[in-house]
Amino acid sequence: MNLHPMDLDRWSPIILTLVTFIPLAGALLLLLLPRRHRDIRVFSLVVTLLTFVLSLHLPVHFHRAALAGFQYEFDRSWIPTPNIHYHMGVDGISMWLVVLTTFLTPLCVLISWKSIDERVKEFFIILLVLETALIGVFVSLDLFLFYFFWEATLIPMALLIGMYGHGRKVYAAVKFFLYTMIASVFMLAAILWLYAKVGTFDFVTIQNAIRSGQVAGFTSAAQWLFLGFFVAFAVKVPLFPFHTWLPDAHVEAPTAGSVLLAGVLLKMGTYGMLRFNLGLFPDQARANAWWVMILALIGIVYGALVALVQPNMKKLIAYTSVSHLGFVVLGIFSFTQAGLDGATFVMLAHGVSTGALFMLAGALYERRHNYDISEFGGLATSMPVYASFFLFIVLASVGLPLLNGFVGEFLVLSGAFQARAVYGILGATGVIWSAGYLLWMYQRVFFGKITHPVNERLPDLDLREQIALLPAAAAALVMGVAPLLWLNAIDPAVQTALAPFAELASKVVGQ
Amino acid sequence: MSPAGIAQAVPQGVEYVRILPEIVLSVSGMVIMVLDPLVDERGSQKLLGLIGLIGSVAAIAATLYQSQYPGLGFWGMVKVDAFSTFFHALVTAIAAVVILSSYEYMEVQRIRAGEYYGLILFGAVGMCLMSSAVELVLIFIALEISSISTYVLAGFRRRAAISSEASLKYFLLGSFATAFFLYGVALMFGATGSTSIAVIGEALRSNRIPVLAYAGVAFMFVGLGFKVAAAPFHVWTPDVYEGAPAPVVGFMSTAPKAAAFAVLLRVMFEANAPGRLGLIWVTAALSMTLGNVGALVQQNVKRLLAYSSIAHAGYLLVAFAALPNNGIPAAMFYTASYAAMNVGAFAVVSHLAGAGERFVTLDDYAGLGRRSPLLAATLTIFLLSLIGIPMTGGFFAKFYVFSAALQANLIGLTIIGVLNSAVGAYYYLRIIVMMYMREAREEVPAAIPVSPALGVALALSVAATLYLGLLPGKILAYASRSAAELLR
Repeated sequence: MNLHPMDLDRWSPIILTLVTFIPLAGALLLLLLPRRHRDIRVFSLVVTLLTFVLSLHLPVHFHRAALAGFQYEFDRSWIPTPNIHYHMGVDGISMWLVVLTTFLTPLCVLISWKSIDERVKEFFIILLVLETALIGVFVSLDLFLFYFFWEATLIPMALLIGMYGHGRKVYAAVKFFLYTMIASVFMLAAILWLYAKVGTFDFVTIQNAIRSGQVAGFTSAAQWLFLGFFVAFAVKVPLFPFHTWLPDAHVEAPTAGSVLLAGVLLKMGTYGMLRFNLGLFPDQARANAWWVMILALIGIVYGALVALVQPNMKKLIAYTSVSHLGFVVLGIFSFTQAGLDGATFVMLAHGVSTGALFMLAGALYERRHNYDISEFGGLATSMPVYASFFLFIVLASVGLPLLNGFVGEFLVLSGAFQARAVYGILGATGVIWSAGYLLWMYQRVFFGKITHPVNERLPDLDLREQIALLPAAAAALVMGVAPLLWLNAIDPAVQTALAPFAELASKVVGQ
Repeated sequence: MSPAGIAQAVPQGVEYVRILPEIVLSVSGMVIMVLDPLVDERGSQKLLGLIGLIGSVAAIAATLYQSQYPGLGFWGMVKVDAFSTFFHALVTAIAAVVILSSYEYMEVQRIRAGEYYGLILFGAVGMCLMSSAVELVLIFIALEISSISTYVLAGFRRRAAISSEASLKYFLLGSFATAFFLYGVALMFGATGSTSIAVIGEALRSNRIPVLAYAGVAFMFVGLGFKVAAAPFHVWTPDVYEGAPAPVVGFMSTAPKAAAFAVLLRVMFEANAPGRLGLIWVTAALSMTLGNVGALVQQNVKRLLAYSSIAHAGYLLVAFAALPNNGIPAAMFYTASYAAMNVGAFAVVSHLAGAGERFVTLDDYAGLGRRSPLLAATLTIFLLSLIGIPMTGGFFAKFYVFSAALQANLIGLTIIGVLNSAVGAYYYLRIIVMMYMREAREEVPAAIPVSPALGVALALSVAATLYLGLLPGKILAYASRSAAELLR
C-alpha cells in the first residue's frame, strides 16, 4: 500500500463521519446564506464536490486484501437505553455505494442549476440533507442508526418530488412516502425483536449471536424476521409487485430527484437485502430464494415489456429501473460469487447510467417541457452533441461490451446459470428486451425527419450540461474497461457475505 | 386518620418545602389576581403575563430545590420523589412556554384579561399536586383545582359562541367524570379501608382481592380516562379543542394530561390496582384506532390535532399495559415528548389563527412554506415528531412504548399500535403537503411576523423535541430511576 501510516491513523476513524455530515453542515450553513440564487448554487456545488473528494479517501486507502470485516470503523455509545451505538464502517460493497452517492450529488447540483429557479435555497438544503441521509444508510453498522438514516431519506425525497415536481406531484410524493414508510415499519418490528433478544443493535454482534445459535427463539421467528426486512427492502428496490409507486414518483420528480431516486435510493433496497437478509438470515434467504428469484425474473421481463410500450420517455426510463434492479435481486439470491459481484456492479453501473439517462431526459424537458416520445424525432440533426451523449449512455445501459452495463449483467447471468440454468436463460432475455426498448426509443427520438417544427431550433447541450454529463459518461467507460478497479474491493466483501453459503459458493467461476 | 408514620400533628418546615412549587405558583397567581384590577387595562397584558412567567420559572427552580428533600409531608398526603419532580418540572415548563406563546395571541384576539395568566398558574398548582399527592382525596382535590381552571380557560374567547360551548361542554362532562373518580375513591375506601395509596397497595398485595376494589379501579379509571381523552371517554375532545383558544388547547392537551397520567401511574402501579390489564388493553386499542381514523377526515387543524391527541393517549396507555419497570419510564418519556411537540404545534396554530381564529382549516395552511418558510419548517418538525420520524422526540416516545409492550409479550397491542402510527402518518402528512406543495389561497392575509415571546416559545419547543430525539438517554435514565423508586 502506498500510504503513510500516519495519514491513515489520523483520518480513518473520522472519515466516514466527515463524509456523512459535511453535506448536512453545508445545509445548515446554507440556511444562513442570503437568498442570492447564484451564491447558493455555487456553495452547494462546492460542498458536494468537497464531499466527493473526501469520499475518495475510502477507495484510495481501502485494504483490498483484508478478507473479513469492516474498515474505517468508528464505534461510540450514543444512547445508553436502549443500547444504541454510533457505529460506522464500510466494506467493499457499501464503500462504492457511498462513492456513487457523492459522485452523483454534484452532478445533480449542476443539472438543477437552471431548472430550479423558485425556492432555490430550500431545494439545495433538501438535496444536501438527502445526501447525508443516503450516505448514512450505507455506512451504518448499528441497526438502529441504519433505520434512523433509512427513514431520514424519506422526507427530503418526498419534499423534492412534492415541491419541485410536475403534474400530479403531490399524489406521487404522498404515495412514495406512505409506501416506503409503511413497509419499513415491518423492518423496525424485526429490528426491535432482535434487540429484545440480543440486547444490542450492533450488526456484527447480532450476526455473531445468530450464527452461534445464542438467540433464544430464533428458529421459530426467523422466517418472520426475514420477511420483515425483506418487505421494507422489496418496496424500495422495487421488486415486482411492489413497484407501483416508482413510475409515479419518477415521472413527477424533478430531474435531480429522479437521478438520486434511481441512482441511489433504489440501491438502499438491494444493499439492504445483501447486508441484512443474507447477512443475518442465510438459511431463510436460501429457503425463500425460489420465489424471490421468480419475482425478480417477473420484474425483469415485466419491467422491460412495460417500458417497451411507454409513450413517455421518463416513464420508460423508470420502468427500465424495475427491470435492471430485477437483475440485482437475481444476482443476490443466486448465492454465487459471480452473482453477488455482478449484483453489486450492476447497482453501481445502473446508478451511473440511469442517473445520466434521467439527466438527459431532464435536459430535453427543460427545452420542450414535454416527455412524450412522439413529440420528438430527428433530434440528431438539431442537437448532435446531445444525441451522441444519449447514444453513449443508451449503449452503456443496454450492456454493450466495454461499457459498464455489460460487466454486471454478464456476472449476474453467469451466477444465475450456476444457481439454476433456467433462471439464467430467462434473465438473459432481459438483456435482449433492454436493447429493444432503449434502442427503439432512441430511434424514435433522434432518427428520421424532424416531425415538429419546434424541434428544429432546440439548443444543443450547453457547457454546464456537458460538464454534468461528462463524468457520468467517463465513469461508464472506465467501469466497462477496467471493472477490476471496483471488483477487487467488492470481491472480498462478497466472499465474506457468502461464507454461510459455503457449498454454493464453492462453484465459483472467476471473472 | 391514616395511622402509621404521623408522629407530629403540626407540619414541620421541611414539609412546606415539599409543596414549595405549589406555594410559589399559588402566590404568583394571587398576585396577578390582585394586581389585575389595579393596573391600567392596556398595559396589564404584558405586566401580568410577565409575573405569570416569572412565577412558573420560579416554580421550576422550586422544583429543583425541592428535589433535594425527598419524603412524605402533611400527614403522609404528599410525597416528593423523583417521579413527582419529573412531573412538576414538566407541568411548570409547559405553563411557562404556554404563557410565552399566549402574549401575541391575546393581543391579536383583543382579549384583555390578566386573570388568564393567573388561571394557568392555578391550573398548574392542581396538576403539580396531582403528581405528588399520594392520598386519593387529595388527588381528587388537586384534580378539581386543575379542572376548574381549565374549564374557565376553555371559555376565554368570550365573544365566540363556540368557545362558550366548549367551556360548558367540558365543564358538564368533566364534572360527570370527576364524580366517577370520586365514586371510585369511595369504593376503594370501602374495599381497603384507606385512601392512602401506600396502604391500598399493601392491602391489595394480599391474595384475596375484594370485588369492590375492581369496581373502584374501574370507576377511577373512567374519571382519569376522561381527563386524558382516552376512548371511549373522548367524545368531548374535538369540540372543546375546536372552541377553546389555541394556546389554551396547547396547555390543556399536555399539562393536565401529563398530570392525569401521573395519577394513573401511581394508582395503577403503586397501588397495585387489580384487573388493570384488560381495561387498559381495550382503552388503548380503542383510543389509537378511533383517534387516528377520526383524524383522517378532519378539515379543521384544531380538530385534527384533537383526534391526534386521542390517538396519542392510546399509544401512551400501551405503556401502562406493559411491565412496570419499563412501562413507567416509557410512559413518562412519552408525556414529556408529547408535551414538547404538541405545545409547539399549538403555538404555531395560535399564531396562524389570526383575529377571531378565522384561519384554522387545512386550506388556510396552503402555501405556508412559501409565505413563512421558518414557521412552516418549525411546524414540520412538530408534525414529524407526531408521526414518529427518527431524530424527533416522538420517535423515541413510540419506540420505548412499543418495545416495552413487546417485552411484556403484548404482540397484538403492539401490532395495532404500529399499524395505527402508519395511519397517523397520513393526516399529519396532509398538513405538510398543504404547507409545501399547494398554492396559497387569496383570502389568507400576508404572514405577520412572529413576536419575540412566541419565537422563544417555539425555539424552546423545537429544542426540546430535537433534544429528546437525538439524546433521549438522560431523560429516560431519570425516568427509569424514578420508576424504580416508585416500585420499591
